[in-house]
Amino acid sequence: MAAEVYNKLTMLRWASPVMLLLLAIPVGIGLLMVLLPAFGFMPAIGGYEFTLAHWRDLFGVPGIVRSILLSLLAGIVTPAIALAVVFLFMASASATGLDRWVRRFVSPLLAIPHAAAAFGLVFMIAPAGLLARLISPDLTGWDRPADLLIVNDSYGLAMIAGLVIKEIPFLLLVAITVLPQLNPAQRVSMARSLGYGPSVAWLKMVAPGLYPLMRLPLVAVIAFASANVDVALILGPTLPPTLSVRLLGWFGDPDLSMRFMAAAAALLQLGVSLLAVVSWLLGEKMVSKFYRLWVRSGNRLGGDSAIFFLGRTLLPAALVVIGGSMLALFLSSFSLSWRFPHALPASWTVQHWVDAIPGMGTPVFNTLIIAAVSTTIALVLVVGSLEFEQRSDRKQSSAMWLLYLPLLMPQVVFLFGMVVFAEFFYWQPNLWLVIFGHLLFVVPYVFLVLSEAYRRLDPHWSQLAAALGASPSKTFWRIRIPLLLAPALSAMAMGIAISASIFLPTQLLGAGRIATVTTEAIALASGGSRSTIATWALLQSLLPMLGFLVALFVPKILWRNRIGMQEG
Amino acid sequence: MGVREHILELQDVCITLNRQAIVEINRTIKAGEVLTVMGPSGSGKTSLLAYIAGFLGSAFQASGRIVIDGKDVSELPAEQRKAGLLFQDPMLFPHLSVGENLRFGIPQGDTNKQELVMCSLQEIGLAGYADRDPGTLSGGQAARVALMRLLLSRPRVVLLDEPFSKLDATLRSEIRLQVFERLRKAGLPTILVTHDAADAVAANGQVFQI
Ligand SMILES: Nc1ncnc2c1ncn2[C@@H]1O[C@H](COP(=O)(O)OP(=O)(O)O)[C@@H](O)[C@H]1O
Ligand SMILES: [Mg+2]
Repeated sequence: MAAEVYNKLTMLRWASPVMLLLLAIPVGIGLLMVLLPAFGFMPAIGGYEFTLAHWRDLFGVPGIVRSILLSLLAGIVTPAIALAVVFLFMASASATGLDRWVRRFVSPLLAIPHAAAAFGLVFMIAPAGLLARLISPDLTGWDRPADLLIVNDSYGLAMIAGLVIKEIPFLLLVAITVLPQLNPAQRVSMARSLGYGPSVAWLKMVAPGLYPLMRLPLVAVIAFASANVDVALILGPTLPPTLSVRLLGWFGDPDLSMRFMAAAAALLQLGVSLLAVVSWLLGEKMVSKFYRLWVRSGNRLGGDSAIFFLGRTLLPAALVVIGGSMLALFLSSFSLSWRFPHALPASWTVQHWVDAIPGMGTPVFNTLIIAAVSTTIALVLVVGSLEFEQRSDRKQSSAMWLLYLPLLMPQVVFLFGMVVFAEFFYWQPNLWLVIFGHLLFVVPYVFLVLSEAYRRLDPHWSQLAAALGASPSKTFWRIRIPLLLAPALSAMAMGIAISASIFLPTQLLGAGRIATVTTEAIALASGGSRSTIATWALLQSLLPMLGFLVALFVPKILWRNRIGMQEG
Repeated sequence: MGVREHILELQDVCITLNRQAIVEINRTIKAGEVLTVMGPSGSGKTSLLAYIAGFLGSAFQASGRIVIDGKDVSELPAEQRKAGLLFQDPMLFPHLSVGENLRFGIPQGDTNKQELVMCSLQEIGLAGYADRDPGTLSGGQAARVALMRLLLSRPRVVLLDEPFSKLDATLRSEIRLQVFERLRKAGLPTILVTHDAADAVAANGQVFQI
């Protein structure tokens, strides 16, 4: 059959190469275009020769070492805490229905944009935040906000907390997605029959197999945490801020000659993120040595109840913090007067929302357009390449990891280079450039969500359809798409959520001229009133949430009379 | 439906996995005949059916010809071979109603699809079930719908992969009887893969041991 069938596949055959090139080339060019100005070469602004002068300037900047250390710290501590919380939870929830229950919550939580979660955390933990109000003045004796630097603390702890509560749902989703490959129930019951406690059994039998499958997503977390801008702008230290925030400032400086130092800083940022990854991998070696000793010790029950307790408290606590943050935003956005120790506003108003409406039009429109177009393109490419993989019965190409390149690199670095590249050709910042930038992040997540489901679909369905005389396209539209509707909608919701929440691609490729809900919300971070910030942060979470609601309820309604389609 | 006699020839078919021949077969199956294929699990029975139906995995190599009604179909894509399939599970498409499942396989040209669906539901004692969710059918009902769906697609050969193994004993002989009778009436050459010697006896035809 080979020749004839193959010809029909030519269109589909292009999906994965196009997708990979679309992602890898801009990242490659972006990195290159940081390299040149970092060493002084950028004719557009008068850099004609290579020099190390900008590096000397960079290292002469006061507080630069501290900025570097802050980024490094966030890059290593964030994944460590998030991973520990996730593993402890999964150990404590092994062999219960709990993970199914949590799975339902995870996607909507993932949908909350980083910036909104960060704002929410501010409203929760700041000296005048919800938490302080709940325990004041009874426990604290405060009848006015304490003069404490809780948010924007100089060690970046608040920033790390903000990152951790957002990375926990992400790592949890990854873990739940890959877990079935490991037959966890079987491993745990085997160990339990040997007398191991359930949580210890999970940590000793399942975790060592699960960790390697999570290494790549963890590198993505390290890259993000060590170089993030939006959370750092809201929760991070200010004197000095993290390296990423500073380099963004230099990049946006009206004095164009600062660009050279910004480029050097971007390259330095790449080095710092790389260092964080390398440190993580070295740390992994050490930890695994001790871990193996513990696994082999044969200790069957030691710590089981402690693990159980921690697992059942830490992760729910993180979820409560996210929930509380959203509640704090909600209260603030409707409060008219809310004096300090009061837990609830004394009077309510919709005025903040009414006031925001005139300014919403353009950002909401831009957000929707960018999300819709980038998600549609991503879905076509991802489904096309998965469908080709199916029809041609090929193994996944080893080049597929390139897909995750934009997530494994610090965004700020290659986006910076892409802007330099665009300026090189005098491309004006425009919507398409921004959409393209979003695509770099939407495609990997859409692929992440959809590929497992696509490959796991029982091949018998398609074989049966073909045997009944259905052409490949009839099989695709009438059988595969309906059977995969729920994961396809989840992938779509994920794409929309990612697009609606990312800040840097819009900010950099749109040169600040294309306003989305996210860029507007973050612009309020310095100087907006509390209620305005709360209103915009909520608005920012609302759009992705809508996508996930659609993904959750459309299949439920559509298949309400189909027993076989429930609980996919 | 006018009965056309079909004939299936497997000429020097050889399926290889990792350079090792796992199945070699050379047989002719006439209209209404059943060839029973038996062999231990993992011996390549399913792979043989997959090769005939047109979706052998790329891990395998195969040589030889599959000839249906005198025409070599070895190079045709699966949907043009017209090889009807039944698996262990009835595998009714879960998102389609019972009627839509039956309709799915009726060839494009047919104008009286609706009527065909109604008649065949009546024939298997499920009149009025057209709009039902297949998830609500009993095992026996689902098995009969699956068989009817196969017949409505007008296959030229039929491949059965342990189709009775999940049915309980009483249902098993009943369904088995129905299946063979209908396939025989339709003049279809059939290959049956099974572990159960009783299946082979009921099939009452050649036996091929892998
Ligand atoms: N997609 C595949 N790739 C590689 N090997 C396979 C694949 N599918 C089945 N096999 C192997 O081919 C052999 C035959 O499998 P199969 O035809 O399913 O056997 P049976 O149906 O007789 O139990 C087995 O050893 C099985 O492990
Ligand atoms: Mg088999």
